[in-house]
Amino acid sequence: MDISLSGLLRRHGLIVAFLVFLAGVALNADAFLTAGNILDVLRQVSITGMMALGVTFVVLTGRLDLSVGSLLTLLTVIVVDQHNSAGPFAAIVMTLGAGLAIGAFNGILVGFIGLNALIVTLAMLSFLQGLVLFYSGGSNVNIANAQDTWFAVFGRGDFLGIPVPVILFLLGALVAGLVLQFTTLGRRIYGVGGNETASIFSGIDARWTVFWTYVISGFTTGVAAIIMGSRVMGAQNTIGQGYELTVLAGVILGGTSLLGGSGSVWRTVLGISMLGFIQNGLLLLGFAYYVQWLVTWAVIIIAVWIDLGAKRGRIFA
Amino acid sequence: MTDAILKVKDITKTFPGVKALDKVSFDIRPGEVHALVGENGAGKSTLMKTLAGLHQPDSGEIVYQGKTIQVAGPLDARQKGILLIHQELSLSPELSVAENIYLGAWPTNRFGVLKKRELRRNATAALEALGCGFGPDARVGTLSVAMQQMVEIARAEAFSANVVIFDEPTASLTDTEKDQLFHTIRSLKERGVGIVYISHKMDEIFDITDRITVLRDGQVQGTLDTSETDLNQITRMMIGRTLDTFFVKAKEEFGAEVLRVEGLSKQGLFRDVSFSVHEGEVLGLYGLVGAGRSEVVETIFGVRKADAGTLYWKEGEIDLPAARQSIDMGMALVPESRKEQGLVLMMGGRENTSLPHLRLFSELSVMNRTKEMAVFEKYRSALSIKTTGPDQPVSLLSGGNQQKFVLAKWLCADPKLIILDEPTRGIDVGSKSAIHELIADLAEQGLAVIVISSEMPEVLGVSHRVLAMSEGDVVAEFTGDEMTEENLIDAVSHHTQQVAAE
Repeated sequence: MDISLSGLLRRHGLIVAFLVFLAGVALNADAFLTAGNILDVLRQVSITGMMALGVTFVVLTGRLDLSVGSLLTLLTVIVVDQHNSAGPFAAIVMTLGAGLAIGAFNGILVGFIGLNALIVTLAMLSFLQGLVLFYSGGSNVNIANAQDTWFAVFGRGDFLGIPVPVILFLLGALVAGLVLQFTTLGRRIYGVGGNETASIFSGIDARWTVFWTYVISGFTTGVAAIIMGSRVMGAQNTIGQGYELTVLAGVILGGTSLLGGSGSVWRTVLGISMLGFIQNGLLLLGFAYYVQWLVTWAVIIIAVWIDLGAKRGRIFA
Repeated sequence: MTDAILKVKDITKTFPGVKALDKVSFDIRPGEVHALVGENGAGKSTLMKTLAGLHQPDSGEIVYQGKTIQVAGPLDARQKGILLIHQELSLSPELSVAENIYLGAWPTNRFGVLKKRELRRNATAALEALGCGFGPDARVGTLSVAMQQMVEIARAEAFSANVVIFDEPTASLTDTEKDQLFHTIRSLKERGVGIVYISHKMDEIFDITDRITVLRDGQVQGTLDTSETDLNQITRMMIGRTLDTFFVKAKEEFGAEVLRVEGLSKQGLFRDVSFSVHEGEVLGLYGLVGAGRSEVVETIFGVRKADAGTLYWKEGEIDLPAARQSIDMGMALVPESRKEQGLVLMMGGRENTSLPHLRLFSELSVMNRTKEMAVFEKYRSALSIKTTGPDQPVSLLSGGNQQKFVLAKWLCADPKLIILDEPTRGIDVGSKSAIHELIADLAEQGLAVIVISSEMPEVLGVSHRVLAMSEGDVVAEFTGDEMTEENLIDAVSHHTQQVAAE
C-alpha cells in the first residue's frame, strides 16, 4: 500500500483538495463550520442529493439522465397545484406517479428503442419545460394554506433536531445503496454498465435493466419535488432549471464513472455534499451566487478528466 | 532477379500481452504482387500498419530504396511513396474527389490558401491515368464503394507511389468491380510498382499474385512463388500445428439426444445447418475464421436471431430461445471472446460467476452472498484458479485464469449442454491441457459438449465427431478413423474452391 503523500494525492486527490478548501473557508468565514450552517447546507443538498440517487442508477449503466431538471420543475408545479385542488395526499401520489411515468417513457426510448441517452433526455428536458408552461399557464403557483398543512413537514420539519429533508435523503440513500449492493437488479445494473455484451451473453435483459434505472430516476426526482414544494410552499416555472447539471456534477464528483459499471450510492452522497459545501463556502467568502455555475463547470470537467485519465493511464488524448 | 524496393528486416512489435510481430522479414520487388496471408490475428494488419507508419516497430528495420527509413505516420509514408489502401476506406465523404486524393497534403500558397486549380489539374491527371469514369469534383460520399476505392488508388498516381498495400480490397466489391480492380492492379504492376495484397480469399490470391508470404502467430512461415505452390500447402502453413499435445478423449458412452438443430439459416452468415449432439458426446466444429461457426452457436444460444430453423431440446421441438431461456433450460456458451463477451472485467470472480444465474443465487431478489462465496470457493479450488480473492477484478488475472472463471460461471448451474467457442485461444499451455481434461470430464459426467476450434489437433483430439464448416455451410462430418487433418483440410479447401468457382 502506497501511503506516501503523492500516493494519497493520486488516489484521493479530490478529497484532499476539498479538505484544503474547507480549511481555507473556515479560516476566512466564521459562520462556515457552525452547526446551523452545516444543517443548512445539508438541507439544500437533500433535494439535489435525492435526485442524484436515481441518476446514479442511470449513470452506472453507462447512460445519462439530463431530463431531471425540467422534471423537478414539472413535478414541483404539480405537487403544489394539486395540493391546492386535491389535497396533500393525492398531490403526493400524483407527483410520484408522474415521475414514474416520465422515467418509464425515457426508459422505453433509451432501453427498448435504443436511442442515444444524451439526446433522449436532453430532448425530454426541453419537452418538460414546455409542458410546465402548458400546465401552469405561465403563472407561478403557491400553496394556499401554507401555515396549516402537514405537507410542510417534508421541506421544513425537524426530527430530533435534524431537518426532515436530510433524513429523507439519507433514508433514500440507504435504500438505494441496499438495492445496488444486495439485489439482483443492482447486480444487473453493474453488469450492464461494466460490460453490456458479456451481460447479454449471461442472459441478462439489458433493455429492462436500463428501463428500470430511468424509472428509479423519475421516482427520486418525484420525491425531490415533494421536498422542494414543501420547502418553498410554491413553485416557479424555472424552479428546477440547471439542476440536471448540478446533479450530474455531484454524481461524477463522487467518482461514479460516466463510462458505467463503477461507482456507488455513498460516493454520490459524498460528491453531492462536497458540491454543496463548495457552493456554500463560496457564498460565505462573498462570491455572488452565480459563481456556482462556474464551479459546476469546473467540477464536471475535472472529475470526468480524472476518471478517463485513470482508465486510459494517461492525461492527454 | 530484381532488387527489392522495400525490405522488412526482423521487425518485432509487441502489444501488452501479445507479440504481434516476431522478427518478421520479407521484401517487395518492383512490379510484383506479393500476397500476405494468415489467420486473423496472425499479424498481417500490424505489419502493414507498421509499414504505413501507424505503428512504430519495437526493433528491426525497414529498408526502402536501399536506405533504412523511419516512417513517422501515414502522410509521411505516402510522401515517401508507400501507400496503404485500407480495409475501411480512409476518405472524407463530404470532400471532393480531388480534395480526397490529396487529403492532408493539399497544395497551398504561402498564406495557406488552397491552390484549387493546381489541385484539380493534378487530380484530373491521376484519375485519367487510372481510366476512372468520374471527375475530380464529385463529392466522395456520392460515389460507390468501388469508385471510392479508385479514389484511394488515385493517390498512388498522385504521389508516384512505389509500394501500394491493399488490405482486403475486394471485401465489398461486386464481381465486375473486382475485375476492374484487378485490371488496375495489373497496370500499376506494369509500371514497376510493388504491390502487397492482403486477403482471405484464396482464389484471388492465386489469380493475381506472384509470391505468397504466410504469417502465423506473428512469425513468417515462409515465402513461396505462387506458381510453385497450391492451396493445400498454403492452408497447412497458415493453420500450422501446435507441438504434439497429449489429448484425453472422453469414453464413448452416449446417452439421449440433448440438442438437435435442423435447417438453421441466417442470410449472409450460414445456410441450412443441421446436426445433433447427445449426452456424453463431444462434438467438434471445425472451420477457418469466418466460416460461420460462432454465429451458429450464438444463434442456438439465443444472442442472435435466425431466419429459419428448428431446434429440438431433449427431443421436444422448441422455439428459438432467447439467451435467458436457453440458460434456464441448461445450455451454456463459453464465448469466443473472453474479454468482450465472457466477463465483466471490473467485477471479481464471485460476481462474474453468479451473473448468468442471479435467480439461483437470490431469494426474493436479494442476493445470497453466502451461497455466492461457497460457489466461488468451490470453483476456485476445483479449477485451481489463481486469484487473490472473490472481489479481485478479473481484469487483473491471466488469460488462463480468466477463462477458468468463464467456465466456472457456466458450470456452477449444472448445464446439460455446454458450448465452448475457441476455449483455449490465447492461454498458456498448462491451462490449455487443464481445459482439455475438463472437456473429457464433463462428457463423462453426461454433459453434451460442443467444441469450436480452429486448431485441428485440438478439435480432433477432444471430439468424438467433427463437423467441418466453410463459408457458412456444414461441408462434411467425420467420425472414428476418418477424423484426420488431411480430411479436414481437404473438405474445407475443396469447398472454398467450389464457392470460388460458382
